[in-house]
Amino acid sequence: MTVADNLHRDWRRFSPLQRLSRFGFYLFAIAALVASLRTIDVIPEFLYDAPDQMVDLVSRMWPPDMSYIGPTLKGMIETLHIATLGTIIAIVMALPVGLLAARNVTPNLPLNLFAKFIFVTSRSINSLVWALLFVAVFGPGPLAGTLAIAFRSIGFTGKLFAEALEESNKGSIEALTASGASKLSTLIWGYWPQVRPAFWSIALFRWDINIRESAVLGIVGAGGVGVALDTALNLLYWDQVAVVLIAMFLVVIIAEIVVTTLRARIL
Amino acid sequence: MTATKSDSIDRVAFPPNWRTRIGWILLALYVVYAGSQLGFSAERFSSGLEHGHRFLARMFPPNFGRWELIASGIIESMQIAVISTFFGILLSLPIGLLAARNMTPGWISWPTRGFIALCRSFHPIIVSILFVKAIGFGALAGVMALIVASIGFISKLFAEAIEEISLKQVEAVRATGAGFISTLIMGVQPQVLPRFIGFATYQLDSNLRNSTMVGIVGGGGIGAALFTAYQRFDFDVVLAILIVIVSLIMIAEIVSGWARRVFQ
Repeated sequence: MTVADNLHRDWRRFSPLQRLSRFGFYLFAIAALVASLRTIDVIPEFLYDAPDQMVDLVSRMWPPDMSYIGPTLKGMIETLHIATLGTIIAIVMALPVGLLAARNVTPNLPLNLFAKFIFVTSRSINSLVWALLFVAVFGPGPLAGTLAIAFRSIGFTGKLFAEALEESNKGSIEALTASGASKLSTLIWGYWPQVRPAFWSIALFRWDINIRESAVLGIVGAGGVGVALDTALNLLYWDQVAVVLIAMFLVVIIAEIVVTTLRARIL
Repeated sequence: MTATKSDSIDRVAFPPNWRTRIGWILLALYVVYAGSQLGFSAERFSSGLEHGHRFLARMFPPNFGRWELIASGIIESMQIAVISTFFGILLSLPIGLLAARNMTPGWISWPTRGFIALCRSFHPIIVSILFVKAIGFGALAGVMALIVASIGFISKLFAEAIEEISLKQVEAVRATGAGFISTLIMGVQPQVLPRFIGFATYQLDSNLRNSTMVGIVGGGGIGAALFTAYQRFDFDVVLAILIVIVSLIMIAEIVSGWARRVFQ
Protein backbone atom coordinates (compact mmCIF):
# COMPACT_ATOMS: atom_id res chain seq x y z
CA MET A 1 0.00 0.00 0.00
CA THR A 2 1.41 3.38 -0.93
CA VAL A 3 1.34 6.53 1.11
CA ALA A 4 -1.11 8.11 -1.30
CA ASP A 5 -3.58 5.27 -0.73
CA ASN A 6 -3.41 5.88 2.98
CA LEU A 7 -3.98 9.57 2.50
CA HIS A 8 -7.11 8.96 0.49
CA ARG A 9 -8.56 6.49 2.94
CA ASP A 10 -12.18 7.20 3.58
CA TRP A 11 -12.67 8.19 7.22
CA ARG A 12 -16.13 7.58 8.59
CA ARG A 13 -17.55 8.30 12.01
CA PHE A 14 -19.81 5.22 12.22
CA SER A 15 -19.47 1.56 11.32
CA PRO A 16 -21.57 0.19 8.42
CA LEU A 17 -23.93 -1.53 10.86
CA GLN A 18 -24.46 1.71 12.77
CA ARG A 19 -25.15 3.58 9.56
CA LEU A 20 -27.53 0.88 8.37
CA SER A 21 -29.50 0.90 11.62
CA ARG A 22 -29.65 4.70 11.63
CA PHE A 23 -30.86 4.67 8.07
CA GLY A 24 -33.41 2.03 9.06
CA PHE A 25 -34.62 4.23 11.89
CA TYR A 26 -35.05 7.28 9.64
CA LEU A 27 -36.76 5.18 6.96
CA PHE A 28 -39.12 3.68 9.52
CA ALA A 29 -39.91 7.09 11.02
CA ILE A 30 -40.61 8.69 7.63
CA ALA A 31 -42.67 5.71 6.44
CA ALA A 32 -44.78 5.87 9.62
CA LEU A 33 -45.27 9.60 9.23
CA VAL A 34 -46.23 9.45 5.54
CA ALA A 35 -48.58 6.52 6.13
CA SER A 36 -50.23 8.37 9.02
CA LEU A 37 -50.60 11.65 7.15
CA ARG A 38 -52.12 9.96 4.12
CA THR A 39 -54.68 7.90 5.97
CA ILE A 40 -55.71 9.98 8.98
CA ASP A 41 -59.35 10.92 8.99
CA VAL A 42 -59.47 14.72 9.11
CA ILE A 43 -62.41 16.83 8.04
CA PRO A 44 -60.85 19.85 6.28
CA GLU A 45 -64.00 21.99 6.66
CA PHE A 46 -63.43 21.94 10.41
CA LEU A 47 -59.98 23.38 9.90
CA TYR A 48 -61.13 26.34 7.78
CA ASP A 49 -63.22 27.94 10.49
CA ALA A 50 -60.84 26.98 13.31
CA PRO A 51 -59.53 30.57 13.73
CA ASP A 52 -63.11 31.91 13.98
CA GLN A 53 -63.97 29.20 16.48
CA MET A 54 -60.87 30.02 18.53
CA VAL A 55 -61.82 33.70 18.68
CA ASP A 56 -65.37 32.69 19.59
CA LEU A 57 -64.02 30.43 22.36
CA VAL A 58 -61.86 33.18 23.84
CA SER A 59 -64.70 35.73 23.65
CA ARG A 60 -66.98 33.30 25.48
CA MET A 61 -64.34 32.73 28.15
CA TRP A 62 -63.73 36.41 28.80
CA PRO A 63 -64.45 37.83 31.32
CA PRO A 64 -64.11 34.83 33.68
CA ASP A 65 -67.13 34.26 35.89
CA MET A 66 -65.73 35.13 39.30
CA SER A 67 -68.75 33.68 41.11
CA TYR A 68 -67.46 30.23 40.15
CA ILE A 69 -64.39 30.65 42.37
CA GLY A 70 -66.20 28.91 45.26
CA PRO A 71 -66.79 25.51 43.57
CA THR A 72 -63.38 25.76 41.87
CA LEU A 73 -61.59 26.30 45.16
CA LYS A 74 -63.47 23.44 46.79
CA GLY A 75 -62.59 21.16 43.89
CA MET A 76 -58.99 22.32 43.91
CA ILE A 77 -58.55 21.47 47.60
CA GLU A 78 -59.99 18.04 46.86
CA THR A 79 -57.56 17.66 43.95
CA LEU A 80 -54.63 18.54 46.21
CA HIS A 81 -55.81 15.95 48.74
CA ILE A 82 -56.19 13.33 45.98
CA ALA A 83 -52.70 14.05 44.65
CA THR A 84 -51.06 14.05 48.09
CA LEU A 85 -52.85 11.06 49.58
CA GLY A 86 -52.55 9.18 46.28
CA THR A 87 -48.79 9.76 46.27
CA ILE A 88 -48.50 8.61 49.91
CA ILE A 89 -50.49 5.43 49.27
CA ALA A 90 -48.46 4.79 46.11
CA ILE A 91 -45.20 5.08 48.04
CA VAL A 92 -46.44 2.79 50.81
CA MET A 93 -47.34 0.18 48.19
CA ALA A 94 -44.24 0.79 46.06
CA LEU A 95 -41.67 0.43 48.88
CA PRO A 96 -42.03 -3.35 49.38
CA VAL A 97 -42.25 -3.93 45.63
CA GLY A 98 -39.18 -1.74 45.13
CA LEU A 99 -37.29 -3.83 47.70
CA LEU A 100 -38.28 -6.94 45.75
CA ALA A 101 -37.16 -5.38 42.47
CA ALA A 102 -33.70 -4.28 43.67
CA ARG A 103 -31.28 -7.05 42.75
CA ASN A 104 -28.88 -6.33 45.60
CA VAL A 105 -31.58 -6.37 48.30
CA THR A 106 -33.47 -9.38 46.91
CA PRO A 107 -31.03 -11.66 45.08
CA ASN A 108 -33.81 -13.72 43.54
CA LEU A 109 -34.50 -13.37 39.81
CA PRO A 110 -38.15 -14.59 39.72
CA LEU A 111 -39.06 -12.15 42.51
CA ASN A 112 -37.22 -9.30 40.71
CA LEU A 113 -39.11 -10.03 37.51
CA PHE A 114 -42.42 -10.27 39.37
CA ALA A 115 -41.82 -6.82 40.87
CA LYS A 116 -40.87 -5.41 37.46
CA PHE A 117 -44.07 -6.87 36.04
CA ILE A 118 -46.08 -4.98 38.70
CA PHE A 119 -44.29 -1.75 37.74
CA VAL A 120 -44.92 -2.20 34.02
CA THR A 121 -48.61 -2.96 34.55
CA SER A 122 -49.03 0.08 36.77
CA ARG A 123 -47.34 2.42 34.29
CA SER A 124 -48.95 1.04 31.13
CA ILE A 125 -52.49 1.80 32.22
CA ASN A 126 -53.33 5.48 32.02
CA SER A 127 -54.56 7.21 35.18
CA LEU A 128 -57.89 7.90 33.44
CA VAL A 129 -58.34 4.17 32.82
CA TRP A 130 -57.40 3.37 36.42
CA ALA A 131 -60.00 5.98 37.41
CA LEU A 132 -62.65 4.33 35.19
CA LEU A 133 -61.92 0.97 36.80
CA PHE A 134 -62.10 2.33 40.35
CA VAL A 135 -65.25 4.34 39.60
CA ALA A 136 -66.85 1.06 38.49
CA VAL A 137 -65.75 -0.59 41.74
CA PHE A 138 -66.18 2.14 44.39
CA GLY A 139 -68.63 4.43 42.63
CA PRO A 140 -67.95 8.02 41.52
CA GLY A 141 -66.05 10.28 43.89
CA PRO A 142 -62.59 11.20 45.14
CA LEU A 143 -62.00 7.74 46.63
CA ALA A 144 -61.79 6.28 43.12
CA GLY A 145 -59.55 9.15 42.03
CA THR A 146 -57.14 8.70 44.93
CA LEU A 147 -56.78 4.98 44.28
CA ALA A 148 -56.33 5.64 40.54
CA ILE A 149 -53.49 8.08 41.28
CA ALA A 150 -51.99 5.62 43.77
CA PHE A 151 -52.05 2.62 41.45
CA ARG A 152 -50.80 4.62 38.52
CA SER A 153 -47.85 5.96 40.56
CA ILE A 154 -46.61 2.61 41.92
CA GLY A 155 -44.67 1.85 38.73
CA PHE A 156 -42.91 5.20 38.54
CA THR A 157 -41.96 5.56 42.21
CA GLY A 158 -41.15 1.88 42.70
CA LYS A 159 -38.92 1.65 39.62
CA LEU A 160 -36.91 4.74 40.57
CA PHE A 161 -36.70 3.62 44.21
CA ALA A 162 -35.38 0.21 43.15
CA GLU A 163 -32.77 1.91 40.96
CA ALA A 164 -31.69 4.12 43.88
CA LEU A 165 -31.37 1.00 46.08
CA GLU A 166 -29.27 -0.75 43.45
CA GLU A 167 -26.89 2.22 43.30
CA SER A 168 -26.32 2.32 47.06
CA ASN A 169 -22.83 1.77 48.44
CA LYS A 170 -22.06 -1.72 49.75
CA GLY A 171 -19.55 -0.62 52.43
CA SER A 172 -21.90 0.46 55.18
CA ILE A 173 -24.21 -2.48 54.50
CA GLU A 174 -21.36 -4.97 54.84
CA ALA A 175 -20.26 -3.23 58.05
CA LEU A 176 -23.75 -3.65 59.48
CA THR A 177 -24.00 -7.29 58.37
CA ALA A 178 -20.58 -7.99 59.92
CA SER A 179 -21.78 -6.56 63.25
CA GLY A 180 -24.63 -9.11 63.16
CA ALA A 181 -27.44 -6.75 62.18
CA SER A 182 -30.68 -8.34 61.09
CA LYS A 183 -32.14 -7.84 57.60
CA LEU A 184 -34.51 -5.17 58.92
CA SER A 185 -31.74 -3.28 60.70
CA THR A 186 -29.64 -3.35 57.53
CA LEU A 187 -32.54 -1.82 55.63
CA ILE A 188 -33.19 0.92 58.18
CA TRP A 189 -29.61 1.85 59.09
CA GLY A 190 -27.73 0.75 55.97
CA TYR A 191 -29.90 1.41 52.93
CA TRP A 192 -32.33 4.06 54.14
CA PRO A 193 -29.76 6.83 54.91
CA GLN A 194 -28.25 6.27 51.47
CA VAL A 195 -31.48 6.37 49.48
CA ARG A 196 -33.23 9.03 51.58
CA PRO A 197 -32.41 12.01 49.29
CA ALA A 198 -33.42 10.02 46.21
CA PHE A 199 -36.58 8.87 47.98
CA TRP A 200 -37.77 12.39 48.82
CA SER A 201 -36.89 13.67 45.40
CA ILE A 202 -38.86 10.83 43.72
CA ALA A 203 -41.83 11.49 46.02
CA LEU A 204 -41.83 15.23 45.26
CA PHE A 205 -41.42 14.66 41.53
CA ARG A 206 -44.35 12.27 41.46
CA TRP A 207 -46.47 14.60 43.61
CA ASP A 208 -45.91 17.34 41.05
CA ILE A 209 -47.02 15.02 38.20
CA ASN A 210 -49.99 13.80 40.24
CA ILE A 211 -51.36 17.30 40.76
CA ARG A 212 -51.67 17.65 36.96
CA GLU A 213 -53.11 14.17 36.58
CA SER A 214 -55.62 14.40 39.43
CA ALA A 215 -56.99 17.64 37.98
CA VAL A 216 -58.45 15.75 34.99
CA LEU A 217 -59.82 12.70 36.79
CA GLY A 218 -63.11 14.51 37.46
CA ILE A 219 -63.96 14.16 33.76
CA VAL A 220 -64.65 10.47 34.36
CA GLY A 221 -66.29 11.20 37.72
CA ALA A 222 -63.36 10.53 40.03
CA GLY A 223 -63.52 13.75 42.05
CA GLY A 224 -61.42 16.88 42.26
CA VAL A 225 -61.46 20.11 40.28
CA GLY A 226 -62.13 18.13 37.10
CA VAL A 227 -65.74 17.71 38.28
CA ALA A 228 -66.15 21.50 38.40
CA LEU A 229 -64.59 21.68 34.93
CA ASP A 230 -66.84 18.94 33.57
CA THR A 231 -69.99 20.59 34.97
CA ALA A 232 -69.08 23.95 33.44
CA LEU A 233 -68.22 22.29 30.10
CA ASN A 234 -71.47 20.36 29.93
CA LEU A 235 -73.46 23.53 30.61
CA LEU A 236 -71.31 25.42 28.05
CA TYR A 237 -70.45 28.05 30.69
CA TRP A 238 -67.12 28.91 29.13
CA ASP A 239 -66.55 31.85 31.50
CA GLN A 240 -66.64 29.32 34.36
CA VAL A 241 -64.31 27.00 32.43
CA ALA A 242 -61.87 29.92 32.23
CA VAL A 243 -61.90 30.26 36.04
CA VAL A 244 -61.08 26.56 36.47
CA LEU A 245 -58.29 26.72 33.87
CA ILE A 246 -56.71 29.78 35.52
CA ALA A 247 -56.88 28.03 38.90
CA MET A 248 -55.21 24.92 37.45
CA PHE A 249 -52.44 26.98 35.88
CA LEU A 250 -51.73 28.82 39.14
CA VAL A 251 -51.71 25.65 41.23
CA VAL A 252 -49.39 23.85 38.81
CA ILE A 253 -46.96 26.78 38.78
CA ILE A 254 -47.01 27.07 42.59
CA ALA A 255 -46.49 23.31 42.96
CA GLU A 256 -43.53 23.47 40.61
CA ILE A 257 -41.96 26.29 42.61
CA VAL A 258 -42.55 24.40 45.88
CA VAL A 259 -41.02 21.22 44.46
CA THR A 260 -37.99 23.03 43.06
CA THR A 261 -37.32 24.79 46.38
CA LEU A 262 -37.73 21.62 48.45
CA ARG A 263 -35.56 19.59 46.09
CA ALA A 264 -32.80 22.19 46.29
CA ARG A 265 -32.89 21.84 50.10
CA ILE A 266 -32.90 18.03 50.04
CA LEU A 267 -30.20 17.42 47.45
CA MET B 1 -35.23 1.05 66.24
CA THR B 2 -36.59 1.88 69.70
CA ALA B 3 -33.90 3.08 72.08
CA THR B 4 -33.95 0.75 75.08
CA LYS B 5 -32.89 2.32 78.37
CA SER B 6 -29.87 0.47 79.62
CA ASP B 7 -28.58 1.35 83.10
CA SER B 8 -24.89 0.58 82.49
CA ILE B 9 -24.48 2.45 79.16
CA ASP B 10 -26.18 5.79 78.65
CA ARG B 11 -25.17 6.23 75.05
CA VAL B 12 -27.40 4.76 72.36
CA ALA B 13 -26.01 3.88 68.94
CA PHE B 14 -28.85 5.56 67.08
CA PRO B 15 -30.48 8.20 69.28
CA PRO B 16 -34.12 8.99 68.53
CA ASN B 17 -34.56 12.02 66.32
CA TRP B 18 -37.63 13.79 67.69
CA ARG B 19 -37.96 16.21 64.80
CA THR B 20 -38.25 13.33 62.33
CA ARG B 21 -40.66 11.48 64.59
CA ILE B 22 -42.94 14.50 64.90
CA GLY B 23 -42.80 14.80 61.12
CA TRP B 24 -43.96 11.20 60.70
CA ILE B 25 -46.75 11.71 63.26
CA LEU B 26 -47.96 14.82 61.43
CA LEU B 27 -47.88 12.88 58.17
CA ALA B 28 -49.96 10.09 59.74
CA LEU B 29 -52.48 12.65 61.04
CA TYR B 30 -52.70 14.19 57.57
CA VAL B 31 -53.37 10.76 56.04
CA VAL B 32 -56.24 10.18 58.46
CA TYR B 33 -57.66 13.67 57.83
CA ALA B 34 -57.36 13.48 54.04
CA GLY B 35 -58.79 9.97 54.03
CA SER B 36 -61.87 11.18 55.89
CA GLN B 37 -62.21 14.13 53.48
CA LEU B 38 -62.04 11.88 50.44
CA GLY B 39 -64.63 9.36 51.64
CA PHE B 40 -62.38 6.51 52.73
CA SER B 41 -64.43 4.24 54.96
CA ALA B 42 -64.60 0.58 55.83
CA GLU B 43 -68.11 0.04 54.47
CA ARG B 44 -67.21 1.63 51.13
CA PHE B 45 -64.30 -0.76 50.84
CA SER B 46 -66.41 -3.79 51.74
CA SER B 47 -69.19 -2.83 49.30
CA GLY B 48 -66.45 -2.03 46.79
CA LEU B 49 -65.07 -5.52 47.08
CA GLU B 50 -68.47 -6.90 46.21
CA HIS B 51 -68.81 -4.54 43.21
CA GLY B 52 -65.26 -5.35 42.21
CA HIS B 53 -66.05 -9.04 42.21
CA ARG B 54 -69.04 -8.54 39.90
CA PHE B 55 -67.04 -6.12 37.75
CA LEU B 56 -64.22 -8.61 37.25
CA ALA B 57 -66.69 -11.40 36.56
CA ARG B 58 -68.23 -9.32 33.77
CA MET B 59 -64.81 -8.46 32.35
CA PHE B 60 -63.77 -12.06 31.77
CA PRO B 61 -63.43 -13.45 29.20
CA PRO B 62 -62.34 -10.43 27.09
CA ASN B 63 -64.60 -9.93 24.11
CA PHE B 64 -62.69 -9.34 20.86
CA GLY B 65 -65.92 -9.71 18.87
CA ARG B 66 -65.82 -6.16 17.56
CA TRP B 67 -62.19 -6.33 16.54
CA GLU B 68 -62.74 -4.13 13.46
CA LEU B 69 -63.80 -1.24 15.67
CA ILE B 70 -60.86 -1.82 17.99
CA ALA B 71 -58.40 -2.07 15.09
CA SER B 72 -59.58 1.13 13.42
CA GLY B 73 -59.46 2.97 16.77
CA ILE B 74 -55.97 1.72 17.59
CA ILE B 75 -54.71 2.66 14.11
CA GLU B 76 -56.14 6.15 14.52
CA SER B 77 -54.45 6.45 17.92
CA MET B 78 -51.12 5.47 16.35
CA GLN B 79 -51.62 8.01 13.56
CA ILE B 80 -52.36 10.71 16.12
CA ALA B 81 -49.25 9.80 18.09
CA VAL B 82 -46.92 9.76 15.05
CA ILE B 83 -48.20 12.98 13.50
CA SER B 84 -48.30 14.91 16.75
CA THR B 85 -44.80 13.76 17.70
CA PHE B 86 -43.44 14.81 14.30
CA PHE B 87 -44.98 18.28 14.29
CA GLY B 88 -44.32 18.68 18.01
CA ILE B 89 -40.61 18.03 17.42
CA LEU B 90 -40.55 20.24 14.33
CA LEU B 91 -41.98 23.15 16.32
CA SER B 92 -39.88 22.35 19.39
CA LEU B 93 -36.58 22.74 17.52
CA PRO B 94 -36.84 26.50 16.97
CA ILE B 95 -38.71 27.06 20.24
CA GLY B 96 -36.09 25.14 22.24
CA LEU B 97 -33.32 27.06 20.48
CA LEU B 98 -34.99 30.36 21.34
CA ALA B 99 -35.37 29.28 24.97
CA ALA B 100 -31.69 28.28 25.38
CA ARG B 101 -30.06 31.04 27.38
CA ASN B 102 -26.63 30.56 25.82
CA MET B 103 -28.00 31.01 22.29
CA THR B 104 -30.42 33.90 22.58
CA PRO B 105 -30.61 37.12 24.65
CA GLY B 106 -32.82 37.25 27.73
CA TRP B 107 -35.64 39.24 26.17
CA ILE B 108 -36.24 36.33 23.78
CA SER B 109 -35.46 33.37 26.04
CA TRP B 110 -37.63 34.32 29.03
CA PRO B 111 -40.93 34.84 27.16
CA THR B 112 -40.24 31.60 25.26
CA ARG B 113 -39.71 29.77 28.55
CA GLY B 114 -43.01 31.18 29.80
CA PHE B 115 -44.77 29.87 26.70
CA ILE B 116 -43.22 26.43 27.24
CA ALA B 117 -44.38 26.43 30.88
CA LEU B 118 -47.90 27.30 29.70
CA CYS B 119 -47.88 24.36 27.25
CA ARG B 120 -46.71 22.02 29.99
CA SER B 121 -49.04 23.07 32.78
CA PHE B 122 -52.25 21.63 31.32
CA HIS B 123 -52.90 17.92 30.99
CA PRO B 124 -53.28 16.85 27.32
CA ILE B 125 -56.88 15.84 28.00
CA ILE B 126 -57.80 19.39 29.04
CA VAL B 127 -56.02 20.85 26.02
CA SER B 128 -57.89 18.45 23.76
CA ILE B 129 -61.23 19.53 25.27
CA LEU B 130 -60.43 23.07 24.13
CA PHE B 131 -59.37 21.89 20.67
CA VAL B 132 -62.50 19.77 20.33
CA LYS B 133 -64.49 22.95 20.90
CA ALA B 134 -62.31 24.94 18.50
CA ILE B 135 -61.94 22.51 15.59
CA GLY B 136 -64.64 19.95 16.23
CA PHE B 137 -64.65 16.25 17.08
CA GLY B 138 -62.11 13.94 15.50
CA ALA B 139 -58.48 13.05 15.24
CA LEU B 140 -57.33 16.59 14.42
CA ALA B 141 -58.26 17.87 17.89
CA GLY B 142 -56.23 15.07 19.46
CA VAL B 143 -53.28 15.81 17.17
CA MET B 144 -53.31 19.50 18.10
CA ALA B 145 -53.56 18.75 21.82
CA LEU B 146 -50.64 16.34 21.73
CA ILE B 147 -48.57 18.80 19.66
CA VAL B 148 -49.02 21.29 22.50
CA ALA B 149 -47.99 18.64 25.04
CA SER B 150 -44.94 17.70 22.95
CA ILE B 151 -43.83 21.32 22.69
CA GLY B 152 -44.08 21.69 26.46
CA PHE B 153 -41.90 18.66 27.07
CA ILE B 154 -39.39 18.58 24.19
CA SER B 155 -38.64 22.30 23.97
CA LYS B 156 -37.79 22.41 27.65
CA LEU B 157 -35.45 19.41 27.55
CA PHE B 158 -34.00 20.53 24.22
CA ALA B 159 -33.23 23.99 25.61
CA GLU B 160 -31.53 22.38 28.61
CA ALA B 161 -29.51 20.09 26.31
CA ILE B 162 -28.35 23.06 24.25
CA GLU B 163 -27.42 24.99 27.41
CA GLU B 164 -25.19 22.10 28.48
CA ILE B 165 -23.21 21.72 25.23
CA SER B 166 -19.49 22.40 25.06
CA LEU B 167 -18.87 25.73 23.34
CA LYS B 168 -15.40 24.72 22.20
CA GLN B 169 -16.72 22.83 19.18
CA VAL B 170 -19.08 25.66 18.36
CA GLU B 171 -16.17 28.12 18.47
CA ALA B 172 -14.02 25.82 16.32
CA VAL B 173 -16.72 25.68 13.65
CA ARG B 174 -17.26 29.42 13.90
CA ALA B 175 -13.50 30.00 13.53
CA THR B 176 -13.58 28.34 10.11
CA GLY B 177 -15.89 31.13 9.01
CA ALA B 178 -19.17 29.20 9.20
CA GLY B 179 -22.44 31.08 9.32
CA PHE B 180 -25.17 30.68 11.96
CA ILE B 181 -26.95 27.78 10.26
CA SER B 182 -23.70 25.94 9.53
CA THR B 183 -22.65 26.40 13.16
CA LEU B 184 -25.94 24.88 14.27
CA ILE B 185 -25.63 21.91 11.92
CA MET B 186 -21.93 21.16 12.40
CA GLY B 187 -21.29 22.43 15.94
CA VAL B 188 -24.51 22.04 17.93
CA GLN B 189 -26.41 19.20 16.22
CA PRO B 190 -23.80 16.41 16.71
CA GLN B 191 -23.64 17.20 20.42
CA VAL B 192 -27.36 17.11 21.07
CA LEU B 193 -28.59 14.47 18.58
CA PRO B 194 -28.30 11.35 20.81
CA ARG B 195 -30.13 13.02 23.71
CA PHE B 196 -32.61 14.51 21.30
CA ILE B 197 -33.50 11.09 19.86
CA GLY B 198 -33.97 9.97 23.45
CA PHE B 199 -36.47 12.76 24.14
CA ALA B 200 -38.23 12.17 20.83
CA THR B 201 -38.76 8.46 21.40
CA TYR B 202 -39.82 9.13 24.98
CA GLN B 203 -42.33 11.69 23.72
CA LEU B 204 -43.60 9.23 21.11
CA ASP B 205 -44.28 6.74 23.92
CA SER B 206 -45.99 9.42 25.96
CA ASN B 207 -48.07 10.63 23.00
CA LEU B 208 -49.09 7.07 22.25
CA ARG B 209 -50.33 6.64 25.83
CA ASN B 210 -52.26 9.89 25.66
CA SER B 211 -53.58 9.32 22.13
CA THR B 212 -55.42 6.28 23.46
CA MET B 213 -57.14 8.60 25.97
CA VAL B 214 -58.04 11.78 24.07
CA GLY B 215 -60.99 9.92 22.54
CA ILE B 216 -62.75 10.13 25.94
CA VAL B 217 -63.32 13.84 25.32
CA GLY B 218 -63.86 13.50 21.55
CA GLY B 219 -60.30 13.82 20.32
CA GLY B 220 -60.25 10.69 18.16
CA GLY B 221 -58.60 7.30 18.55
CA ILE B 222 -59.40 4.21 20.57
CA GLY B 223 -60.45 6.21 23.65
CA ALA B 224 -63.91 6.85 22.20
CA ALA B 225 -64.55 3.11 21.74
CA LEU B 226 -63.21 2.44 25.24
CA PHE B 227 -65.42 5.06 26.87
CA THR B 228 -68.53 4.01 24.92
CA ALA B 229 -68.03 0.38 25.88
CA TYR B 230 -67.52 1.46 29.51
CA GLN B 231 -70.68 3.57 29.57
CA ARG B 232 -72.68 0.69 28.10
CA PHE B 233 -71.29 -1.65 30.79
CA ASP B 234 -69.71 -3.86 28.10
CA PHE B 235 -66.84 -4.57 30.45
CA ASP B 236 -65.63 -7.55 28.41
CA VAL B 237 -65.07 -5.21 25.45
CA VAL B 238 -63.34 -2.74 27.82
CA LEU B 239 -60.93 -5.48 28.88
CA ALA B 240 -60.26 -6.44 25.25
CA ILE B 241 -59.45 -2.80 24.38
CA LEU B 242 -57.23 -2.46 27.46
CA ILE B 243 -55.29 -5.58 26.50
CA VAL B 244 -54.71 -4.15 23.02
CA ILE B 245 -53.64 -0.74 24.41
CA VAL B 246 -51.23 -2.21 26.95
CA SER B 247 -49.63 -4.53 24.38
CA LEU B 248 -49.26 -1.63 21.94
CA ILE B 249 -47.56 0.50 24.61
CA MET B 250 -45.20 -2.33 25.54
CA ILE B 251 -44.23 -2.91 21.88
CA ALA B 252 -43.67 0.82 21.47
CA GLU B 253 -41.38 0.85 24.53
CA ILE B 254 -39.30 -1.98 23.09
CA VAL B 255 -39.04 -0.22 19.71
CA SER B 256 -38.06 3.10 21.25
CA GLY B 257 -35.51 1.40 23.51
CA TRP B 258 -34.00 -0.05 20.34
CA ALA B 259 -33.96 3.37 18.67
CA ARG B 260 -32.19 4.90 21.68
CA ARG B 261 -29.50 2.18 21.52
CA VAL B 262 -28.93 2.85 17.81
CA PHE B 263 -28.17 6.52 18.53
CA GLN B 264 -26.15 5.93 21.72
